[in-house]
Amino acid sequence: MSERLSVFKTYKLYVGGKFPRSESGRVYEVTDSKGKWLANAPQSSRKDARDAVVAARKAFGGWSGATAYNRGQVLYRVAEMLEGRRDQFVREVADAEGLSKSKAAAVVDATVDRWVWYAGWTDKIAQVVGGANPVAGPYFNLSSPEPTGVVAVVAPQESSFLGLVSVLAPVIATGNTAVVVASEKAALPALSLGEVLATSDVPGGVVNVLSGRTAEIAAPLAAHQDVNAIDLAGADEVLAKELEIAAADNLKRVLRPQPVDYFETPGTERLTAFLETKTVWHPTGSLGASGSSY
Amino acid sequence: MASAFEYAPAPESRSVVDIAPSYGLFIDGEFVEAAEGKVFKTVSPSTEEVLSEVAQAGAEDVDRAVRAARKAFEKWSALPGSERAKYLFRIARIVQERSRELAVLETLDNGKPIRETRDADLPLVAAHFFYYAGWADKLDHAGFGADPRPLGVAGQVIPWNFPLLMLAWKIAPALATGNTVVLKPAETTPLSALFFADICRQAGLPKGVVNILPGYGDAGAALTAHPDVNKVAFTGSTAVGKEIARTVAGTSKKLTLELGGKGANIVFDDAPIDQAVEGIVTGIFFNQGQVCCAGSRLLVQESVQDELLDALKRRLSTLRLGDPLDKNTDIGAINSAEQLARITTLAERGEAEGAERWSPACELPSAGYWFAPTLFTNVTQAHTIARDEIFGPVLSVLTFRTPDEAVAKANNTQYGLSAGIWTEKGSRILAVANKLRAGVVWSNTFNKFDPTSPFGGYKESGFGREGGRHGLEAYLDV
Repeated sequence: MSERLSVFKTYKLYVGGKFPRSESGRVYEVTDSKGKWLANAPQSSRKDARDAVVAARKAFGGWSGATAYNRGQVLYRVAEMLEGRRDQFVREVADAEGLSKSKAAAVVDATVDRWVWYAGWTDKIAQVVGGANPVAGPYFNLSSPEPTGVVAVVAPQESSFLGLVSVLAPVIATGNTAVVVASEKAALPALSLGEVLATSDVPGGVVNVLSGRTAEIAAPLAAHQDVNAIDLAGADEVLAKELEIAAADNLKRVLRPQPVDYFETPGTERLTAFLETKTVWHPTGSLGASGSSY
Repeated sequence: MASAFEYAPAPESRSVVDIAPSYGLFIDGEFVEAAEGKVFKTVSPSTEEVLSEVAQAGAEDVDRAVRAARKAFEKWSALPGSERAKYLFRIARIVQERSRELAVLETLDNGKPIRETRDADLPLVAAHFFYYAGWADKLDHAGFGADPRPLGVAGQVIPWNFPLLMLAWKIAPALATGNTVVLKPAETTPLSALFFADICRQAGLPKGVVNILPGYGDAGAALTAHPDVNKVAFTGSTAVGKEIARTVAGTSKKLTLELGGKGANIVFDDAPIDQAVEGIVTGIFFNQGQVCCAGSRLLVQESVQDELLDALKRRLSTLRLGDPLDKNTDIGAINSAEQLARITTLAERGEAEGAERWSPACELPSAGYWFAPTLFTNVTQAHTIARDEIFGPVLSVLTFRTPDEAVAKANNTQYGLSAGIWTEKGSRILAVANKLRAGVVWSNTFNKFDPTSPFGGYKESGFGREGGRHGLEAYLDV
């Protein structure tokens, strides 16, 4: 009996909740760690990057305006969907990173758990980093965190899935929207993640995933006037400096690359990196002139 | 408006402050000459009188100061927090003791009214040191994890609009967290920082922990670019802020920026008009409007525009412009000839683009740098005066019809530092405050500051916060 011929998947970008090919019509060959052909991934252009920013901006109002509880529900739903596709991602991560099946399984399990961890943060971070300020005067004064806006995420190159989720989840957990530049060599887990997000109640445009040459896609994002922040996790030293210089043009918040063990439970740094603190004052007034406060 | 009684002059005495004819740089606990021997003059903006001649720092001096700060860092950062706290408490107390002297000095060097330096700047300076003094031995509880560490040497560059207050905002949290500092005050207002150096001497602060380098932009650039500076904090223009962001790109320097603003003061039709008028006046004429968080755009609901503008014009007619040392003065001098030229140019541009200009009858002194309080009506969002930061006593008035339109117009700026909301309806305040992209929102009040309350911007107004628990983060390795 001859072996059944399998059906290949055409990998596509994930932009604005849809799955377009690159507008440039270009693809590039993605191989496994041994050089075996895996897929022709879309090679995104500057125009694809700009389209993704438009989609992310459009989604920002709704996503940042959603209740924190609702965002937590949605993020948890992502973990549920991932769990159901566990085998697929174990295979993709094993191929992408040259890992044994058991090591890849550990990566995928950690990734699902990471989503769950961040899902629980959505309605707690404001209580941890915001609060009342005891000003010296008759004023009610409250500081609350708010999302910075549209965040460009240069995903880690080596940790194509756990690393990706570790930098993406905190960005959207707090209400930002994201344009992700997938790992260049290991883009497939990121592109498949787009399919998971599309089926997990994440509104279109909240996460946009682009594959291609990191430098080519990241440069227009770093220079884009409607991008508010950039995470340089997956940029090498030379590229990171170039991108940071470009980002200065509209004073983007920049998270520089740093050595991270993605298996370690993270702190709150990635959550707070793309939060603004808004402080609201209001006079407290007084009740009558009797001096009695009760 | 003729008044039944004229004001008699009520000048604050200058005798409380003794300004030396010349000052050096303050490096490693000593006043020294600049390596290149350069000096510059600082003048009083209200009279153009030369107050003193000050040493001008160059790159070599920056290097010397950074080395002094690096040397001091080892012992300073190793001190128990409770000991650092006591130094800061000493500084806070000495500021209080010398506050009248410093208030007069600040008014002389900056041009702002004594009423402001005496009642706003100086009390806030002391309060800032008190507040951060208490943090020095409580950093484990600040929400940044156990045992957060200082960064090292902080290079700090501050503007001329609140010379001593900006120094306090920079130095207090830096010292509390165990960093040492090299601070460059603005070239038009170096004196209060040099007096602060003397306060550090009186407090017995170890040498090199605080270094003060008066100078120009080149010294600031050398400081922010210095390879042995671990943290850069800058307050000033957005253009320079962007330059600094490029300078530190690719390094490990931590950066915080407090830059320009174009704050919207939104007045709804149910606002208490008299209070709103006071808030508008505070918002744009406090410190002659030379405030990054000034409410320089008045957004008024169309139905109350006439009533509000009449009341506002009446109020402006009572403002007293003149000698900043007079205790009855509301509006002092513009800080420099250069700044006056910038304000003048932008106001002329407002007229040229078709906005309607109005100022109360107001006699300007013959010497010094002065600009009458000015309103522009019929301003649209496309006008330069609605978009560019003027940094002077110039208010642009725009109108709106619905809350959504007010929010859209308020947010239509590359800045995002401050905003004001005036309405009697609590839920509307909260709804609008939620939608405004600004770091500080004052509702039914304006231009209130407190050391416990974090201050800073969204978008191109910069990043990071100063003041409050949040203000510690900029100086910790977290």
